[in-house]
Amino acid sequence: MQKSLETGAQLSKEDLIKLSDEAKNNATPSTFKIIWKEFKADKMALFSLIFLVAFIVFVIVGSMFINVSQMMQTNIMNYFAKPFTSNFLLGADAGGRPILEQLIVGSRNSILIALGLTVISSAFGICYGLISGYFGRVTDLSMQRVYDFMMIIPSFMIIIEIVNIIPNYNAITLTLLLSLFYWMGTQRLIRSQVLAESQKDYVSASKTSGSSNLKIIFKQIMPNISSLIIVDTTISFAENIGVETGLSYLGFGLPVGTPSLGTLIANANDADNITIYWWTWLPATIEIILLCLAISYIGAALRRATNSTQRRSTD
Amino acid sequence: MWKTILRRILIMIPELIILSVIVFVISKQLPGDPFTGSINPKASMSQIHHLMRINGLYDPWYQQYWNWVVSLFHGNLGNSYQYQEPVTRLIAERAVNTFWLSLLTMVMTYAIGLPMGLYAGRHEGKLQDALVRIYTYVTMSIPFFVVLVIGCWIFGYDLNLFPTNGSVSPSASGFLPVVLSKIYHMILPATLGALFATSGITQYLRSGVIDARKSNYVKTAQAKGVPMKDIYKHHIMRNAFLPIAAFAGYSIVGVLGGSLFTEQIFSYPGMGLLFLNAVNFRDYTVMTALVLLYGFLSLLGTLISDIALSVVDPRIRVE
Repeated sequence: MQKSLETGAQLSKEDLIKLSDEAKNNATPSTFKIIWKEFKADKMALFSLIFLVAFIVFVIVGSMFINVSQMMQTNIMNYFAKPFTSNFLLGADAGGRPILEQLIVGSRNSILIALGLTVISSAFGICYGLISGYFGRVTDLSMQRVYDFMMIIPSFMIIIEIVNIIPNYNAITLTLLLSLFYWMGTQRLIRSQVLAESQKDYVSASKTSGSSNLKIIFKQIMPNISSLIIVDTTISFAENIGVETGLSYLGFGLPVGTPSLGTLIANANDADNITIYWWTWLPATIEIILLCLAISYIGAALRRATNSTQRRSTD
Repeated sequence: MWKTILRRILIMIPELIILSVIVFVISKQLPGDPFTGSINPKASMSQIHHLMRINGLYDPWYQQYWNWVVSLFHGNLGNSYQYQEPVTRLIAERAVNTFWLSLLTMVMTYAIGLPMGLYAGRHEGKLQDALVRIYTYVTMSIPFFVVLVIGCWIFGYDLNLFPTNGSVSPSASGFLPVVLSKIYHMILPATLGALFATSGITQYLRSGVIDARKSNYVKTAQAKGVPMKDIYKHHIMRNAFLPIAAFAGYSIVGVLGGSLFTEQIFSYPGMGLLFLNAVNFRDYTVMTALVLLYGFLSLLGTLISDIALSVVDPRIRVE
């Protein structure tokens, strides 16, 4: 024993570097490396990612230069100003409010709400699924009854009712309210994976060696399903854009005077707008479609990256 | 088998009670009183208070809830404040429209989804499959209402192929013209709705067909020399279709959820539009009844699907 240790210590420095390099090459690459490789192999996904990031940065920075209250002021002189004119690149609506500026601020609001909603509801759904799937038995049974109940609730109608109750609400309260109703899908997915995962040997080994349940759940099981979490979060981001804009479209989303992509699309509810003044609603519609397609495409690439049999990149 | 069904129905009862309490309490919290605007504008505050007392609006909430539940079992949901009509009658009128629209949407969903899923599964990895996959990818990512708006614009206004509001043309008279006009009004919303509801069915059926094709019983049938056409007819389709048929209940839930948008965009006088109007007019009784009805229908839909799935697939039965 002593002898072998001594011979080990006699390794030259070059050998050591060479050996650790070799070990590094043979090790499974990190998740981010795999994802990056997949994006490099799929140019469309890379393009979607760049488009999405650039767009989000653009609307956030762009909206900093826009005075919202001034923008939302009615100006009858600009009633349905035509697009592609010097002051109104995308025209103006019935109140003479410029569409382009509304689009930028509205996109920022919608995207940030969707992001917030995704973060909160996914975090909650992940914890819920982890706990429900890990403990099983009575815990799982009762937690899944709550889930069943949440699934039959006509959530959209109840959200609309609650929005009418809250006297003063803003983007943050709206996000929190929506999060109450949109964690179920994530929960179900995570739970089913955790059910399978908690039967594995490493979990039993950890249990026998006395790790606490919390440690097993969050430090051992969660990293092992991280790829699933990444994919699911991306896809729910696309869905959540639809949730907020849909609510605003029906007129129960963000309060009046706060533009959202949904309120812009709601311009299409007017028969004149939808036929003659197409610029009041069409840009926002196209933007949502592009955004959602890009996010889903990124989600699809991520899903391929996490499943080694479907990767397009070659190792 | 019966245990599963019984258990499933027993679970339903507390769910329904909790749902009704939540819905009721929320409805009571809504601001504004329901008489404003519907009564003589010269009425004094004391007269309004008197009206509210008569209608039981000052009772504690549990008292009001109890009254509401009792009258619910008598088939009486109160009067709509806005229309001055019994809620049950008001909803019944609209429910017919929503029922037919939902039914047509479901029929279209299966009519589009089944062949597509089968076709994609049959030609796995080929061009046809890729096209179907692009289709499901697009329909799954874009928000539902956005496409309704675009479809309404293109086919309703621009090409002027379909009507864009109402459920029946006012000039239609006589049984057949009215029915035809109703169907004509429903085609566009139902098709657009169905295009979106198909993605789940298509994907599920596609993977079902692919799995079945690789299974041993298909290989056995092939080895016996059964022609591929018959294998599809008797082995693959049978196994892949059954779970899809059982999904019908879940589809109802989805279609109902979408009815808010469909009816708003096409000004289709169904329950969804009734709800949106009721919210704007603070018509408590209508709102409460509708949310409860939607919840109940969702419950029923999932119940049907859960039971149907446990009949079809013995693995998920509870012992």
